Amino acid sequence: MEDTIAAISTALGVGAISIIRVSGNEAINIVNKITKFKKLDKVDSHTINYDYIVEKDKIIDEVLISVMKAPKTFTKEDIVEINCHGGIATTNKVLELLLTNGCRLAEPGEFTKRAFLNGRIDLIEAEGIMDLINSKTEISRNLAINQVDGSTSQLIKDLRQSIIEILANIEVNIDYPEYEDIEEMTTKMLGERISDIENSIKTILNKSENGKIVKEGINVALIGRPNVGKSSLLNCLLEDNKAIVTDIAGTTRDCVEGTINIDGIIVNLIDTAGIRETNDVVESIGVNKSIDLMNNSDLVLLLLNNNEELTNEDMELLDNIKDKNYLIVINKTDLAAKIDISKLDKDKIIYISALNNKGIDELKNKIKQIFNIDKIETSDLTYLTNARSISLLKQSLNAITDIKMGIGNNLPIDMLEIDLKNVWNLLGSIIGVTYEEELIDQLFSQFCLGK
Amino acid sequence: MEYEVIVVGGGHAGCEAALACARKNHKTLLVTGRINNIATMPCNPSIGGSAKGIVVREIDALGGAMGKIADQSLLQIKMLNYAKGPAVRALRAQADKITYPQQMLKLLNETPNLTLKEAIIEDLIIEDGKVVGVVTETCEKISSKAVILTTGTYLKSDILIGDTRTRQGPHGEKPSNFLSDNLKKYGFKIIRLKTGTPQRIAKDSIDFSKTQIENGDSVYHTFSFDNKPHYKIEDQIPCHLIYTTPLTHKIILDNLNKSSMYGGLDDITGIGPRYCPSIEDKIVRFKDKERHQLFLEPESLYYDDIYLQGFSTSMPKDIQEQMVHSLPGLEHAVINKYAYAIEYDAIYPTQIKRTLETKIIENLYTAGQINGTSGYEEAACQGLMAGINASLKLENKKPLILKRNEAYIGVLIDDLVTKGVRDPYRLLTSRAEYRLLLRHDNADLRLREYGYQVGLIDEKRHNKLLDKIRKIKELKDKLISVKITPTSNGLLVKLGSTPLKDGVSLYDLLRRPEITLSKMNYTFDYDDDIIEQVELNIKYEGYIKKAEKEAQKLINLENKKIPDDIDYNKITNLASEARQKLNEIRPTSIGQAIRISGVNPADISILSVYLKKEYHESR
Repeated sequence: MEDTIAAISTALGVGAISIIRVSGNEAINIVNKITKFKKLDKVDSHTINYDYIVEKDKIIDEVLISVMKAPKTFTKEDIVEINCHGGIATTNKVLELLLTNGCRLAEPGEFTKRAFLNGRIDLIEAEGIMDLINSKTEISRNLAINQVDGSTSQLIKDLRQSIIEILANIEVNIDYPEYEDIEEMTTKMLGERISDIENSIKTILNKSENGKIVKEGINVALIGRPNVGKSSLLNCLLEDNKAIVTDIAGTTRDCVEGTINIDGIIVNLIDTAGIRETNDVVESIGVNKSIDLMNNSDLVLLLLNNNEELTNEDMELLDNIKDKNYLIVINKTDLAAKIDISKLDKDKIIYISALNNKGIDELKNKIKQIFNIDKIETSDLTYLTNARSISLLKQSLNAITDIKMGIGNNLPIDMLEIDLKNVWNLLGSIIGVTYEEELIDQLFSQFCLGK
Repeated sequence: MEYEVIVVGGGHAGCEAALACARKNHKTLLVTGRINNIATMPCNPSIGGSAKGIVVREIDALGGAMGKIADQSLLQIKMLNYAKGPAVRALRAQADKITYPQQMLKLLNETPNLTLKEAIIEDLIIEDGKVVGVVTETCEKISSKAVILTTGTYLKSDILIGDTRTRQGPHGEKPSNFLSDNLKKYGFKIIRLKTGTPQRIAKDSIDFSKTQIENGDSVYHTFSFDNKPHYKIEDQIPCHLIYTTPLTHKIILDNLNKSSMYGGLDDITGIGPRYCPSIEDKIVRFKDKERHQLFLEPESLYYDDIYLQGFSTSMPKDIQEQMVHSLPGLEHAVINKYAYAIEYDAIYPTQIKRTLETKIIENLYTAGQINGTSGYEEAACQGLMAGINASLKLENKKPLILKRNEAYIGVLIDDLVTKGVRDPYRLLTSRAEYRLLLRHDNADLRLREYGYQVGLIDEKRHNKLLDKIRKIKELKDKLISVKITPTSNGLLVKLGSTPLKDGVSLYDLLRRPEITLSKMNYTFDYDDDIIEQVELNIKYEGYIKKAEKEAQKLINLENKKIPDDIDYNKITNLASEARQKLNEIRPTSIGQAIRISGVNPADISILSVYLKKEYHESR
C-alpha cells in the first residue's frame, strides 16, 4: 500500500493546458472527491471524462479527466490525469486540493521510479532512473532553498518552537509525572496556546503574498472619469483572453469585469466605472465605493484622457491613490496631446491607444514588472512547492480544529497531543525539517530532571 | 561442549537471558562476580515508571520474570498518568532491594538446565569468527555454542567521588579489567559512558515531619498478567518529598570545582545520561530554578537506608555532608553511603543486529548497559530478547524481532541498532511513534502469542489469552446489540450528555467521552480488564485506527528486505554520507534504512531501484 502521489506533469506557464498526474491506490477516490459530478469511481477504465474541479461548491476549473485503472498504466497503478485549462494559478489550486485531500507531492522522478519498480520499464533503464532521481533531487534541492522566503520560514520556525515547547511540556508531564514542581500542561492551557498558533498560521496563509497572487491573482482596479476609455481598455485587455473562467473570492467579486492571464498569473480587472455611472445621481456614494474598491486592490490604474486637460476630478482621484500601488494610463494617444503631465509621476505613466490597440503590451509588461511575474515564472517549481506549502498549512489548521474538538470532548491530553505532533510535523515539512531527536533534546533542555 | 549458552553477568539482563535459554531447554550457565549479588538494584529502589512500566508488562507477556518478581517485592505501587490518557498509563513500584534479588535467585535456582557460577570473565574463545566459549580471570576455559554478554557497568568501571578515581564496580564489587580491551581487539568500537547514584541516608536520622508524604495507590495493581496482588494496600510504605534550599545551591556553587565532573578530575571521558544529570549539573544549567525536588525512597523492609532521589553528585564526601545537611528534615542526617559517579565501557550498539547478536562475532549476543542503555527494565527486556534469539538460533528457527508498532522493546532495540547512542539510553514514551498502540493494558494482546510461539508461555496461560480475546469480541457484539432509546435521556442529561433523538446502540453511545458502562448502570459478567479493553477501544477508535494506518506503512517498509550481501559501494548514485551510514549499520529492511540519519529519501529511492535491478526484489 503505497502513498498516492500527485504532481503537475506539464511545464508550467507554457501552453494553455496543464496536466496533473495522480498515481496510486487512492488516485480515483481522491480526485473524485474534488469533482463536481463525483462519478469517477463508476466510469470505465481508459476513458476521458468531462467535469469540474470544485472546492466545496466553488468551481475552480472546467476540466477533462482521464481515468486509467491498473495495471495497464505507466506506473502499473491507478492513474488519473486532470487536464486543467486555467493557467498556473488554477492548476496550482487543483494540485493544492489534491494534496489537502490525501495525495502526497511526488518526489523527483517518482512516477518513473514506480514504473520501474512495478516492472513497467526495462531493467536496462535502471541506471538512468537512478541518475534521474539524483539530478532532479539536486534541482529541487536548489529550488527548495528559495521556496519559502526568509520571513515566512522564520515565522514557521517560531511557530514550531512554541509547539515543541508545549509538546516537551506534555511529554515531561508524562515521562516524569513525579515532578510536581513542573507546571502541568492542562487541556485548558493547551486550548489557549493552540488558539495563538492557529491565528499565526492563518496570518501566514494570508500574508503569504506570493501565495495569494498564485491563488487568487492580482486585483487591478480601473478608475477614471467617465468617457476616458475605461471600457475600451477593458475590452482591449480582455480581447485575447476570453478563454479564462475563474471564480474570484473576496469583496470585489461583484465588480470584476473580467480576468486576464499575464504569463500564467491571474489578473482580475475591476471596473469602478459602472458604479459611478449608474449612481450618477448621488455622486458622493459613487466616489466612496470607488475608494473602497481601490483600497481592496493590489494595483490601481488611473485612466486619463490625452486629449483633455487635467480636471479637478482627475486630481482628486490622483490624491486618493497617492499612497497606493498605482499606474497612470494616458489613453487616446491617437488624438492630439492636450494633457499637462508636469504634475504627474513620470515613472508611472504608460501611453496607450485603446482604439488602435497600442501600448497594451507595454502596460502588461509594466504590471509584470511590478509583481515580479517574470521571476515567479522562471522557477516553476516554486509553484509546486507553494501548493504543497499551502496545503500543509491548511492541513495544520484542520489538525488544530481536531484538537479544539478534542478539548471540547474532554479527551485526555495524550490524544490531543497526537494531533499537535501532527501540526508540528506538517509545519516541519514546509521548511524541510524532520529531526525526531529535536523533541527529546527540547525535553532535556527545557526541564530539569534527574535522579 | 559443556554448555549451550553462557550468560556473562547476573544483573537484570543476565537473569532474563539465562532464564529464557534454560526454559527453552538449553543447558545454560550464568557466570557472575558474586552469586549473592544477583539481580541487585544498585541504583534506585524502583521498578517501572513511564514507558518502563509498560516494558515490564511486555516482558511478562513474553514470558520473562521481571514483572512477577517485582510483584513479589512491592513496597508501594502507583498507576502513573491515569488522567493523561490510556496510552501513557504505566505502573511504577518501589521494590524491596532485598526481596527482589532473593526471589530472583530462588527462581534461578529452581529452574532446570540452569547452573550458576562465580567468576569474572576476561576473554572469549573465538573460532572461525564464532564464539565458542569464555575465559575466566583464572584462565579457566568454559565452552558453549553461544555467549550472551550482560556485563552492566562492570567493564573497566571506575568509581568517581570528588578527586578520587577507583577501579571498581558498584558498591565495591570487582570489575572486569580486560574483557572490553579484548572486545576492542576483536574489532568492536568501544565507548565510555558514565552514570551516577545519590546518597543513602539512615532512616532514623531523618525528621519526616518536615517532608511531604507520597503514598501508593488505594487500588490494587500487578505488573504480571498472571499474578494476584501479593501486598495489602494499607501496608504500602510511603515515599517523602522535599526540596533543595538556597543554602544547598550556595554550597554546590561554592564548591563546584571539587566535583569530579567540574574539574575535580581532569580525565573524565564518559558521557553521562541527559535524563539524569547530577545535582550540580541541574543547578548550573537551570540557574533560575529556585529549588529542586528530591524524593526520599525506602530501599527495603530489612534495613534502614533511604535513597535520596534527585541528589546524584560526584562531590567529595565532606561537601556531600554539607549538602545533605542543608536539606529540610536532613539537618542531622547520617549518610550511610555517599553518592558517586561511575564510568564504564560499552560497545557502540550499531554493531549489533536486531536479534542482539553482534555483527562481528557470530553467536555472541549483548544485552543491557553494555549496549549503551540505562535502567533495569531496559536491561531486562534486552536480556530476554537476547536469550530468546540465541535459543531460536540454536534451534535453527527464525529470530523474534519485535517491530516499533508492536512493543516498546521493539522501539528500544531498533533505536539502538539503527541510531546508536550519544549518552546512556532511557526509554521515553516520546520515543515511540505508535504509543497509542503500545499500551499498558494491551501488552498481553500484543505479545503473548509470540511468547507462546517461542515456548516461554505455557498452554494454560495461552488458553487464558485466547479466552480473553474471545470475550472481548463477545462483549463488543453484545454492546452493538443493546439499543439505547430516548427513554434513557434523563440519565444522559444527568451525566452531562446530549439527549438522544433516536435509538443508538450502547456501543455507539460509549464513544461519548462522558459515558461508561458503569455510569449507564449496565453490568456485564466480564472481568474488569475485558471491560476496560472494550471501552477503551470504542472510545479511542478513531485515534487507534489512525495509528494503525500509520503503522501499516511502517510494516510495508519493514517487509521490503535488504539482502545481507548487498554491496553499497556498487551503488554509485548514493550520496557518500548515505553509503557510509548504510555500510556501517547494514539495515535489514528499507524501513530501517529510512530511519538512519543521513540517509535521504533520494538515497532510499536509489536503493529501491538498485534492489529491483540486482535482486529483482519487487514490492
